[in-house]
Amino acid sequence: MNKPIRRVAIACLLLFAILLVNDNVVQYANAKTLRDKPGNTRLLFQQYDRKRGDIVTATGVTIASSVPTNDTLKYLRTYSNGPLFAPVTGFYSIIYGGSQIESADNSILAGTDDRLFGVQQLSNLITGRTPQGGNVVLTIDPVLQQVAYTALAGRKGAVVAVDPSTGAILAMVTSPSYDPNVLSSHNQASITQDWEKLIADPTNPMLDRALNQTYPPGSTFKLITAAAALSTGQYTPTTVIPAPTTLPLPQSTSVLHNFAGESCGGQATLIQALTISCNTAFGELGLTIGQAALQAQADAFGFDSTYSVPMKSAQSVFPTDLSDANTIQSAIGQYDVRATPLQMAMVAAAIANGGVEMKPYLVDELVGPDLRIIDQTKPTELRRAVSTEVAAELTQMMESVVQKGTGTSAQIKGVTVAGKTGTAQNAVGAAPHAWFVAFAPAVQPTIAIAVLVENGGGNNDATGGAVAAPIAKAVIQAELKKP
Amino acid sequence: MTSAAAGATGLVKAIKPRRPRTRRSVELAMLVFAVIIALAAYADVGLTRSQHVPPDILTYGLGLGALVLLAHIAIRRFAKYADPLLLPCAALLNGLGLVLIHRLDLVAPKASRSDATLQLAWSAVGIVGFIAVLVIVRDHRRLQRFTYTSMLLGLILLAIPSVLPARFSEVNGARNWIRFAGFSIQPGEFAKVLLVIFVAGFLVAKRDALALAGRRFVGIDLPRGRDLGPVVLAWLVSVALLVRGRDLGMSMLFFGFFILMLYIATERLSWLLIGTLLFAGGTYVAYHLFGHVRERFEIWLHPFAHAQGSGYQLVQALYGFATGGLMGTGLGNGRPDLVPFANSDFIMATVGEELGLTGLMAILLVYVVIVSRGLRASLSVRDSFGKLLAAGLSVCLAVQVFVVVGGVMRLIPLTGITTPFLSYGGSSLVSNWILLALLVRISDAGRRPAPAPPPRPDDAMTQVIPL
Repeated sequence: MNKPIRRVAIACLLLFAILLVNDNVVQYANAKTLRDKPGNTRLLFQQYDRKRGDIVTATGVTIASSVPTNDTLKYLRTYSNGPLFAPVTGFYSIIYGGSQIESADNSILAGTDDRLFGVQQLSNLITGRTPQGGNVVLTIDPVLQQVAYTALAGRKGAVVAVDPSTGAILAMVTSPSYDPNVLSSHNQASITQDWEKLIADPTNPMLDRALNQTYPPGSTFKLITAAAALSTGQYTPTTVIPAPTTLPLPQSTSVLHNFAGESCGGQATLIQALTISCNTAFGELGLTIGQAALQAQADAFGFDSTYSVPMKSAQSVFPTDLSDANTIQSAIGQYDVRATPLQMAMVAAAIANGGVEMKPYLVDELVGPDLRIIDQTKPTELRRAVSTEVAAELTQMMESVVQKGTGTSAQIKGVTVAGKTGTAQNAVGAAPHAWFVAFAPAVQPTIAIAVLVENGGGNNDATGGAVAAPIAKAVIQAELKKP
Repeated sequence: MTSAAAGATGLVKAIKPRRPRTRRSVELAMLVFAVIIALAAYADVGLTRSQHVPPDILTYGLGLGALVLLAHIAIRRFAKYADPLLLPCAALLNGLGLVLIHRLDLVAPKASRSDATLQLAWSAVGIVGFIAVLVIVRDHRRLQRFTYTSMLLGLILLAIPSVLPARFSEVNGARNWIRFAGFSIQPGEFAKVLLVIFVAGFLVAKRDALALAGRRFVGIDLPRGRDLGPVVLAWLVSVALLVRGRDLGMSMLFFGFFILMLYIATERLSWLLIGTLLFAGGTYVAYHLFGHVRERFEIWLHPFAHAQGSGYQLVQALYGFATGGLMGTGLGNGRPDLVPFANSDFIMATVGEELGLTGLMAILLVYVVIVSRGLRASLSVRDSFGKLLAAGLSVCLAVQVFVVVGGVMRLIPLTGITTPFLSYGGSSLVSNWILLALLVRISDAGRRPAPAPPPRPDDAMTQVIPL
């Protein structure tokens, strides 16, 4: 009976062959799909098994760290001063994943990044010991961050401050904020509950207003219209342009008014028109130089593209296919023009930096768990927004705004501040958004800033000069006070 | 002429029986290797979990070493010509099983209990059983005398849980246990060995009737109706297991080895066909009649739809396999504790997660070695009973591994059944050591040189005459 035994032996081998093939399917071919299944908590446990790296400010203050616990997840993610830094750190949750730096630099923090691979990691690979995560050192100055947050005083809005010469983001504040600690807890029920509460909150505290929300830029956009005009070579700050009391909008019965129905004196120099933020003058200037020039200048400042800081920003927009009426409205930052606070900070920064826009960044260094510097951000030029000459002319005009125009409340004793206000209509009956963009000192600036207060903080008479400029002033003062 | 003479002498030399090598030193070397692997794994677990080599590694090593050494000495003494790979493979699996159970002990919620210590004690019992079988069963053919005793014992063992009240027999929904005074045994594991002995003895007696009588129908030799009796009986036993004991795994196992042994005995493919049809029919009916069978199929087909309920265990095991990937997380680094019953039915999930695809395939190949050596013994032994017994026991192991590993990897519906030598559980361990002892015994018979035939008186007269 050896023949059937041999056949049965072959059948048995076949059974094992099927098992081996199946094993390859499960553990190799389908492994990734299985690992990525939403219900798979193993990766999560794996992540919580190792010490996640710290997030540290430019001054060395640790704002996010992992502390050992006694429960099944070995480390608890903890944020010091959570609401203040939430738009930067983001959250790290067992249920909802992560956001902001926690998400953007996850591989470094979690310790899985290939760049962390060194001698230490090689030995870990052999022993199978879990490596520690690396640290992320930010460009954020906690003092400026705090000053901006305090100045916003809970009103809906955002502040972005950058170093114009490098692009380093010094402060990135959004208000109202939330405490990421509630989402990083290990209690699933409370996380879900708090998440639902945050999502349902009408003030939208988890929205990163600085990066991810666009607003009509209003009069701050006049900087771009002015830049477009100056760049044509046919204008200087002293060129006299028409500045009527009202400007009829072509093909419509509407007219464009100046703020509070004021007159601009019939005609004004470019510098005067900017100083008093004359709508009719810039409306007509925009129509004169044309939508193509406006579009080109807006794009040269970064509109219609996104920034990665490393979180990707929302795209600021200059609309296309404009009628003459719409061109006039767009030239003063209304109609469908939309900008993020980051975008307007970058406009100020580009002007401050002689027309060159530096790539904005939030992460200064990536440091390994062994304190070896893995990556250091080198400031890079993003593009040239305007020529050095035009930048100088714009600076001169912005200084005038603060000295004797709409932005006088941003004046700082002993320092020349260059700025531009904006009071942007956004919805019928709603209070306008208050904007202020600025940089200081006017010569060799160290800070460029954009402040936005949604609906002027609920005050119908609010203007950029009254509401937003003092916030910018406080932050600039804090920056200039630094040794 | 001279060359022809030389050739003839050479021929005489060649056919002169050479004393076969016993290969016992190979076995010893392989055993040392197996123990070293197990100890290295044990040290690895300690290094990973608590950054130092466990202090009890010496006692553990000496314990395991002494046990397998005793088994080795028993083979030297009582089964000198046995296959040298069977014992080391089983020792390796048993040793690794201990390490895996110890590793799961470390993360068990009930920290005080040490399943690994208990398993080591059961290993000792198993190896004592192994030695006892070698000592008592000097010739496997003597087991043929116990054909019907084995059947009776086996069926009684299988029947006990079904007639016992559920509180004495039910564990996790399956009524296949005997529990009393804090002890619990799985009678099916022992019945497995007894029933293989019965089937082998029965088939040796009846194979002619089963093989030859019958009619031909559409090119297939069909057996006579009355010869179907035992087949129907085996089928009934497996169906009863399925229905009454809810023991899908044992049911498949019994029917599997019975049909394959029947095929070996009769060389008639029609038996395979009939068996497969019966099994398929039984499964179909059971699927429609019984909720628990349907549930098993449902979990198998849509595990992720029940990820938080009935499919939790399987889904967690699959996540474990996927997390392990090619090389595994390393012993002590994974989360096999997320899989319920990780140390018994689902021990392969721990292997897959922590030792990876590589480790799991290596362990499967160790089973392949045991099964193929068992079938080799079946081929080389001379008597029909020995052939059937060795083949039946080997097939039993192969089918059991297939059913349990296929189940936890979602190749086939999941069944509660242990992984031979690896899983936690005394019954399974002891019965498999006994099974191994029988294979060792038969392989010894197969490789043992035939006793020299008594010299015939006219042999002396025979001479090579040069022509």
